[in-house]
Amino acid sequence: MSGTAVPMVRAERVRKSFGQHVALREVSLTVVPGEVTCLIGPSGSGKTTFLRCINHLEQISGGRLEVDGELVGYREHRGRIRELRPRDIARKRREIGMVFQRFNLFPHLTALENIIEAPVRVRAERRSEAVERGRALLARVGLADRAGAYPAELSGGQQQRVAIARALAMRPKLMLFDEPTSALDPELVGEVLEIMRQLATEGMTMIVVTHELGFARQAADTVVFMDAGRVVEVGPPATLLTAPTHERTRAFLSKVL
Amino acid sequence: MTTADASPPPRGATTPATDPTPAADPALATDPALATDPAPAPAAGAAPGTGVGVDVDAVPLRHPGRWAAGVAIGVLAAMGVHSLVTNRNFQWGTVGDYLFAEPVLRGLWATVYLTVIAMAIGIVGGIVLAILRMSPNPVVAGAAWLYIWFFRGTPLLVQILFWSFIGALYPRLSLGIPFGPSFVSGDANHIVPLFAAAVLGLGLNEAAYMAEIVRAGINGVDAGQTEAASALGMSRALTLRRIVLPQAMRTIIPPTGNETISMLKTTSLVSVISYNELLNATRLIYARNFQTIPLLIVAALWYLALTSVLTVGQHQLERRFARGTLARVGERR
Ligand SMILES: Nc1ncnc2c1ncn2[C@@H]1O[C@H](COP(=O)(O)OP(=O)(O)O)[C@@H](O)[C@H]1O
Ligand SMILES: [Mg+2]
Repeated sequence: MSGTAVPMVRAERVRKSFGQHVALREVSLTVVPGEVTCLIGPSGSGKTTFLRCINHLEQISGGRLEVDGELVGYREHRGRIRELRPRDIARKRREIGMVFQRFNLFPHLTALENIIEAPVRVRAERRSEAVERGRALLARVGLADRAGAYPAELSGGQQQRVAIARALAMRPKLMLFDEPTSALDPELVGEVLEIMRQLATEGMTMIVVTHELGFARQAADTVVFMDAGRVVEVGPPATLLTAPTHERTRAFLSKVL
Repeated sequence: MTTADASPPPRGATTPATDPTPAADPALATDPALATDPAPAPAAGAAPGTGVGVDVDAVPLRHPGRWAAGVAIGVLAAMGVHSLVTNRNFQWGTVGDYLFAEPVLRGLWATVYLTVIAMAIGIVGGIVLAILRMSPNPVVAGAAWLYIWFFRGTPLLVQILFWSFIGALYPRLSLGIPFGPSFVSGDANHIVPLFAAAVLGLGLNEAAYMAEIVRAGINGVDAGQTEAASALGMSRALTLRRIVLPQAMRTIIPPTGNETISMLKTTSLVSVISYNELLNATRLIYARNFQTIPLLIVAALWYLALTSVLTVGQHQLERRFARGTLARVGERR
């Protein structure tokens, strides 16, 4: 990790509670631009919550969270921290792509329309340009011929690839993936991971929540193991996945493998 | 008609290859696998040894109850028709005279017009109310709740009368700065004429009901849709307009069709404030010539005709929107 660059994500003792229930307790983590970070951990350990905090779908309860050097959801003014207006929050979200476990494509729009919706309506891109770029993105995820298909007419793997293209259409500087292959039939997992691997080699900064340890081993620069709302262990995949130092990590890995 | 609903006509009766008994079990008689397959599957329930030929040679199950009900309803229907034709008090000639009479047609047009405008107010108002009701601002949400509570909690007839007498409550209406100077003002009975009273009474009440329908439709859209839109940087308003409402339409349209059919008949209530729609038009005629029954029949026939047209239209709409439900299936694939 080169110390000079501004971290893409910097979490400092981030806490998040839902009423009485504490989902994140003191999560500290740094994500370096251009790197792939895989989040692993048992169900309910707070992985999804942490991702959602990064693009402010959830508001943190304590600590400090920065994306690309700027606070998430707040701004600092004369030493005071103030809440951002919804419009400013939305503007920052545009720069962070998110891919969901259940795809969440818009069912009433075709694949291409799904992709160009936000560029046209939010970034005010010209429609013809957005369409051209949308087609290029579809080609990139191997779906050039399915531009006119509705989500219901696509397989799960194809839907997730469209969802990735939709997120990329906003030209994000950071991509968040929340278990992108967990809802897929086993034979469709590979095609989605392949797109993600390709994205990683192109230098996209990615945070990936996944149970695909094979993917983590190949594509990740850093693997983070979370348990019960805490970061238990951080390290390169070679060490963390094969020789973890913590007992809990070892126990989790033995169950997943 | 009603007998047909209770027991579907045996489809097998028209298939030439089957036993001529009309009561043959339709499921057995029309199953193409049974009719063409020389060795039908034993699962069909045929007794051993009978499943070799082309047809199942079974004694069909009798349905004496269906026959009895059919006969009873047939007798009642015949009595009804007989009375319709022979009872001179129906005065079918008078019905025919007035069915297309000019004042009746004018009333008919007023009813259609009133329905369209009141439903337009109801739908737009309902969408606005539903959105306000879901506002994060508790005052705004509370105001919408109060509106719905009031307009659903009082009889429509009372509301219509209230609007027609608004002149007594606020003799002068004016437009201006609250508690400040007014720009225009006028006599309430001129500003709120009969038509406005009728349309406001029906439309504002309908908005309260439509609000609940729209809200249910919006709540029915998967939360992941809003989440995905937010993650793309779409604002709340844009998400609602482009993502949530188009999907909610699928569940909003069928009950809206019902509301429209219901509204068509409910417009007759404004005859109490002498707004000249279909019912009032016929009432005015029988007040002069005392042909009460034939003129009420004229009104009833027109209401039936209009609701029938709307029902057909509603089926058409529902069929169109049902095609989109395939999208639901694909979500989990
Ligand atoms: N909106 C919410 N309200 C209440 N509790 C929540 C909410 N979202 C998540 N949680 C809780 O927070 C904990 C962490 O959840 P999550 O981040 O989804 O875990 P993971 O993604 O690692 O499975 C869980 O115990 C979950 O029940
Ligand atoms: Mg999760």
